Amino acid sequence: MKPVVTQFPLALRLVHWLMAVLVIAMLFIGIGMVSTVSEMRTWLIDLHKPLGILILCLAALRVCLRLTGRTPPLPDDLPIWQKAAAHASHLVLYALLFALPLVGWTMLSAGGYPIALFGAVHLPPLGPVDPMLFAFLRRAHTLLALLLFLTILAHLGAALFHAWIRRDGVFHSMVPWR
Amino acid sequence: MNRITSTLLLRLALIGVILLIFTAGFAFAAGWLSPHRLTPADIVDSLQTNSGVHPGFRRAHAKGLCIEGTFQANGNGAALSKAQLFMPGEVPVIGRFSTGGGQPYAPDGRLVFHAIALSLTQANGEKWRMALDDTPIFVVATPLAFRDLQLATAPDIATGKPDPARAADFLAHHPETRAFMDWIREAPLPSSFANGTYYSINSFRFTNAAGETRHVRWSLVPETPFEALDKSKLADLPPDFLFVDVVRRLRQGPLRWHMMITVAQPGDPLNDATKAWPADRPHVDVGTLTINRAEPEEIGPCRNITFDPLILPSGMSPSDDPLLPARSGVYAVSLTRRDGEPVDPSAASKNPETRRGAP
Repeated sequence: MKPVVTQFPLALRLVHWLMAVLVIAMLFIGIGMVSTVSEMRTWLIDLHKPLGILILCLAALRVCLRLTGRTPPLPDDLPIWQKAAAHASHLVLYALLFALPLVGWTMLSAGGYPIALFGAVHLPPLGPVDPMLFAFLRRAHTLLALLLFLTILAHLGAALFHAWIRRDGVFHSMVPWR
Repeated sequence: MNRITSTLLLRLALIGVILLIFTAGFAFAAGWLSPHRLTPADIVDSLQTNSGVHPGFRRAHAKGLCIEGTFQANGNGAALSKAQLFMPGEVPVIGRFSTGGGQPYAPDGRLVFHAIALSLTQANGEKWRMALDDTPIFVVATPLAFRDLQLATAPDIATGKPDPARAADFLAHHPETRAFMDWIREAPLPSSFANGTYYSINSFRFTNAAGETRHVRWSLVPETPFEALDKSKLADLPPDFLFVDVVRRLRQGPLRWHMMITVAQPGDPLNDATKAWPADRPHVDVGTLTINRAEPEEIGPCRNITFDPLILPSGMSPSDDPLLPARSGVYAVSLTRRDGEPVDPSAASKNPETRRGAP
């Protein structure tokens, strides 16, 4: 009989916390940069694009780690609706971590914007120049970002609930230490 | 209440406080807690208040015509910027002539400025976009003043005309606008898009291969000889005369401008577009813009381009001019709004002369 794992693999835990910092920073950068005409707008946008691509790469790495590593089970006494909510919210989180950078990249392509990362390093367009598509994706990017914020809010609330109220080891399964 | 319950309640409260702080921080970043923060959407709204909403059109410079051509660099620009397009050679250009204002059906004879917008594509794919006016200085220095100007000159709901008292009040609070008003009143108005000189308005930073950075402005100086319009007879001119004229000229042959880079000297205003630089500043002729084709906007290649002045190749970067990030943001909001709306041709491309004449 295999021993039951109580923690995610170390690599996955490290990527989780790195992405937590980057994604939360990204949400604040994104909502901030479109809300101002000040000079902050320019450097926030210059930060937003390469950071988005970095998050896309980390999301791909994360899925590989999650699929190849062993996943600690949720506690047996967790109500079924909470288990379902946990699985559903994780799926939504993973989906959004891919969707937001890809929608952003396709949106800039559809709007005819160059996708500048740093200096002369550019990414190729991810789709055609298409005005209706741009208008749709531009709004979708904002709505998906707000959905991601709310999902992270729920995720954070649930994580703290496990850590401080239930004290059932679920929070410990993701901490970077043993 | 026993101790365990109160400890749990305390922890629950702590979780609530953490989530609340997190949300409040996000709301602050979004500007939801600062209703006075000027957003790009606020400025686009003010343009719409001033000119009305014309679905499918740019919120400023609504009436326009697509143009195509090339930029032939002579190599002189490489001393100022390492941008690839300044190396001797040719890059393709897509652009747009337009008149000022947000009304796509306004007659060209209104005393408004002419403008040219360009998108140059380097061999390595980097783009240089710009939107130039035929005035060497801009009407205001800051985004807030621009918004206030739009509102101060908007038609009054009761009369349908701008209220002169509000415009006078704006001028009283914005002495920096006088230089532009004087220029508009005194400078001769070019008779054509072809013989206008166009200016970058804002200053930018150019960095060369040696890593030296200088502040510059630039202008497009026409080869076509200057002719002035009689400003007293503008109202008698046909409504689309500027666009019809340029299409006719392009049928005869290409139109050319020289790109002149002006280098700032110590003490020149670098972040104030209402102030001209002294005329004796060094100018470098870096190459020739050749326009050889015009097309109506709804079938031409310019309609989906936003001529965001912060789309720059490496070797160029923005100055500290506060108008630049605002222009970038406002153009992006305008693009999002108009791109989601059905397209109708502007008066400039509905005119049979411009449709027939596209070479």
